[in-house]
Amino acid sequence: MAQYNLNINGKSLKVDVDTNTPMLWVLRDHLDMVGTKFGCGIAQCGACTIHLDGNAVRSCQLPVSAVEDAKITTIEGLSENGDHPVQQAWMEHDVPQCGYCQAGQIMTAAALLQQNPSPSDEEIENAMNGNICRCGTYLRIKAAVKTASQKL
Amino acid sequence: MTIVNTKLNRRSFLKVSALAGGGMVLSFSWLAGCKPTSKEMLEMPKEWFELNNFIKIGENGAVTLYSPNPEFGSNVKTSMPMILAEELDTDWKNVFVEQADFYPERFDRQFTGGSQGIRQGWTPLRTAGATARAMLVAAAAQTWNVSASEITTAAGQIEHKSSGKKAHYGELASLAATMEVPEEVQLKEIKDFKIIGNSKKNVDGVKILTGKPLFSLDHKVEGMKYAAIVHPPAFGMKLKSFDKNSVSGMPGIMDVFSVSLFNDDYNRNFFDTTTFPEIIAIVGNSTWEVMQAKKNLKVEWEKAQESTFPMAGRGGATITATVPAGLENTSSHKERMAEFTAKPGNILRKDGDPEGEFKKAAKIIERTYTAPFLAHNTMEPMNCFADVKGDKAVIYGPTQAPEFIMGTLVQALDIPKENIQINLSRMGGGFGRRAYSHHMVEAALISQKVQAPVKMVYTREDDMTSGVYRPTYTATYRAALDENNNLTALHVKAGGIPETPIHPNRFPAGALDNYLAEGWDIPSNITIGAFRAPRSNFIAGAEQSFLDELAEEMGKDPIDFRLELLKRAETNPVGKNNDYDAKRYAGVLELVKEKSNWNSPKDNVHRGVSAYFCHNSYVAEVVDTVIKDNKPVVENVYAAVDCGIVVNPDAAANMGEGAIVDGIGNAFFGELAFENGVPSKSNFDKYRMIRQKESPKKIEVHFVQNNEDPTGLGEPLFPPVFAALANSLYKATGKRYYEQPFAPQLEMQNLKM
Ligand code: FES
Ligand code: FES
Repeated sequence: MAQYNLNINGKSLKVDVDTNTPMLWVLRDHLDMVGTKFGCGIAQCGACTIHLDGNAVRSCQLPVSAVEDAKITTIEGLSENGDHPVQQAWMEHDVPQCGYCQAGQIMTAAALLQQNPSPSDEEIENAMNGNICRCGTYLRIKAAVKTASQKL
Repeated sequence: MTIVNTKLNRRSFLKVSALAGGGMVLSFSWLAGCKPTSKEMLEMPKEWFELNNFIKIGENGAVTLYSPNPEFGSNVKTSMPMILAEELDTDWKNVFVEQADFYPERFDRQFTGGSQGIRQGWTPLRTAGATARAMLVAAAAQTWNVSASEITTAAGQIEHKSSGKKAHYGELASLAATMEVPEEVQLKEIKDFKIIGNSKKNVDGVKILTGKPLFSLDHKVEGMKYAAIVHPPAFGMKLKSFDKNSVSGMPGIMDVFSVSLFNDDYNRNFFDTTTFPEIIAIVGNSTWEVMQAKKNLKVEWEKAQESTFPMAGRGGATITATVPAGLENTSSHKERMAEFTAKPGNILRKDGDPEGEFKKAAKIIERTYTAPFLAHNTMEPMNCFADVKGDKAVIYGPTQAPEFIMGTLVQALDIPKENIQINLSRMGGGFGRRAYSHHMVEAALISQKVQAPVKMVYTREDDMTSGVYRPTYTATYRAALDENNNLTALHVKAGGIPETPIHPNRFPAGALDNYLAEGWDIPSNITIGAFRAPRSNFIAGAEQSFLDELAEEMGKDPIDFRLELLKRAETNPVGKNNDYDAKRYAGVLELVKEKSNWNSPKDNVHRGVSAYFCHNSYVAEVVDTVIKDNKPVVENVYAAVDCGIVVNPDAAANMGEGAIVDGIGNAFFGELAFENGVPSKSNFDKYRMIRQKESPKKIEVHFVQNNEDPTGLGEPLFPPVFAALANSLYKATGKRYYEQPFAPQLEMQNLKM
């Protein structure tokens, strides 16, 4: 067990956990931030996507010991009132079915648009390819990314 | 005008008082779950008046509607309340939707599956809404001393025009709640619908997009422990022993023990399908810690003998179910399926003299189609929260079928049903998998053992390797043609492990003078269960691929050929018991023909068509593929759907799109094989799921406009995609695709997948 000072959603938070604990479980079990989801645990599905210094990363493969100096953003902190352009676009297209993958999809999309505000179809497909949606909402995801890109 | 008798569904109109002592808990998770905004605060009524089990109205006019069925992504939590709100004649803006917990005394059918939620909820929900409205009108009539027939309602307002009297529902709710429940109520005319047919956004949308706790995996209470499970590594294996000491010193680990789900004399029900009735549980302080211990736990497994147990059969009889022994292999499955294909099956339907026609046929076409086992792979792995203390249990978890797990819980926990409360969480996908809810029993037993609240979580590997799969199937179709190339007989023989996929009274039965359907099945210890459109999800692909090949052989356009057969079934059907309406079937083919511009495809676009009927709905689909950079790309999918009245059109389209994506994904990639009882894949690194890049570039879902009562929607768009894709790929590559998944064959043809 070790103490870690983490910078999450602009707040400084302390946790006392095993060095190897992935950020996914630090968030979910220790900090009660459950918006970040568990899907596969091996960086294959994207459900656990968070931002690490603005980049989309899979938190299930990110040990807490590796992030102490980094700025972390989770779905809970993407916007103050749920009104990030990506969230708004998701609402407009009523994207979710079961909804379980959507926090991860949104985090990947938000990081993409941060780096590339007007991505082409192909760039969207490449960036979003790591996020599985078992319900098959891919077309709405793509449309919502485009809508958000126009709003940025 | 439709008048319905409210007694039809009397249970739903018991007053709250009649339930006193029944342990009713009214939960307001929109209050407790997230902090209400100031607007919500203003809107928050001081007092609620319950008009019936589905509807409560606050003194300020706010309305709470209970959504009875579990939500797994088909959007019933929005669409079922829309039906209530329509007949209540309220303003959707003022509606709060609550997930009802499992209360069989209050709600009739809290089951999500078989695409039946809206179909079976339609009349009861309309009646509940109309009854509440009638009680509000009666309260106004009494208060204003006017005749109820002169009173009108609109958007939550009540008005008596000639006297100019007006009130909103909230002002009359307290009096309305004391009114006699009317014997009969009048339902709205379809043309007067204001909410039904107008798209409403997902009522949980904001919570989903902002990461609020909605799923049982997100649930946490004070003092809660975490549990992981360890199950046998192969079908046909069971627990011999485990060494608790191998993990007991690990950080955060509290206890390790095994749990058994069934008592020997328990009479299992159909949904009690459980692969491993005894598993090991590891309980500790966090998910990560129990998952680590799981890797270190030393366990000895042994081969399981054949086992038998009592099970409820059809019509209430008790039968003896048998689970065979052995470690099974896909290669031997294939051999055995070929053997069964070669010998006579059980005759499921026979019209005319098919054997005679085959004997004198000028030409016989015979093709065999196969498909592997599939895992459901819901995005949220199996998990459940349970708090069992003394003789009380609260279970909160993802289930499509709470009523079918209650009895299992009762026998496993030895706690009476009245003391077990099942609360329904939103589910991260279902697809049939969560109709089998033994994860709830596991969590409950673990909690009972440690006498503390517990959240049990499967790893993805646990989830993918613990069974209840879509069965593997094979089907052989034969057609007899005379010297003029006319179809004279059709024969299908199909089976699987462990069931036949044949629906004997479906099209093309009824359209052919000489028809034979035979089935067979091979028992197995690999557990199977409902998977989006069970059986149809295979047989539609086989049948509709065969009809395509047949049409080509006969020199006919594939849509025209199907329409000819359907014309015969409509005007002069063969045999009895045909379970489809040939005219509506033809209607979707005609609509897809029009919408896809069937006769003038774009250059370089290869198209295939398919149509199928299941879950009381009709769907025809056209798939357009192109070959781009040596890769098959699905450019567009057109779907024409007849599912009667569409309650929430945009959400319905979303689900249709999802079913099409799901079908294309499984047709290209879906596969689970076995070696010595071990599933070949255990996570998404090997189990290939369709992703953004392989998704069709466009999908158009067109609904037939009619006034038929609504029928199924979650499943019917899925089965036809397989053949529409196969038929389109044939046009693109010149090869037919008989064996699912298609990707390996496409790769052999040097295409990139
Ligand atoms: S849970 Fe991290 S990528 Fe799947
Ligand atoms: S919405 Fe269900 S997995 Fe994406």
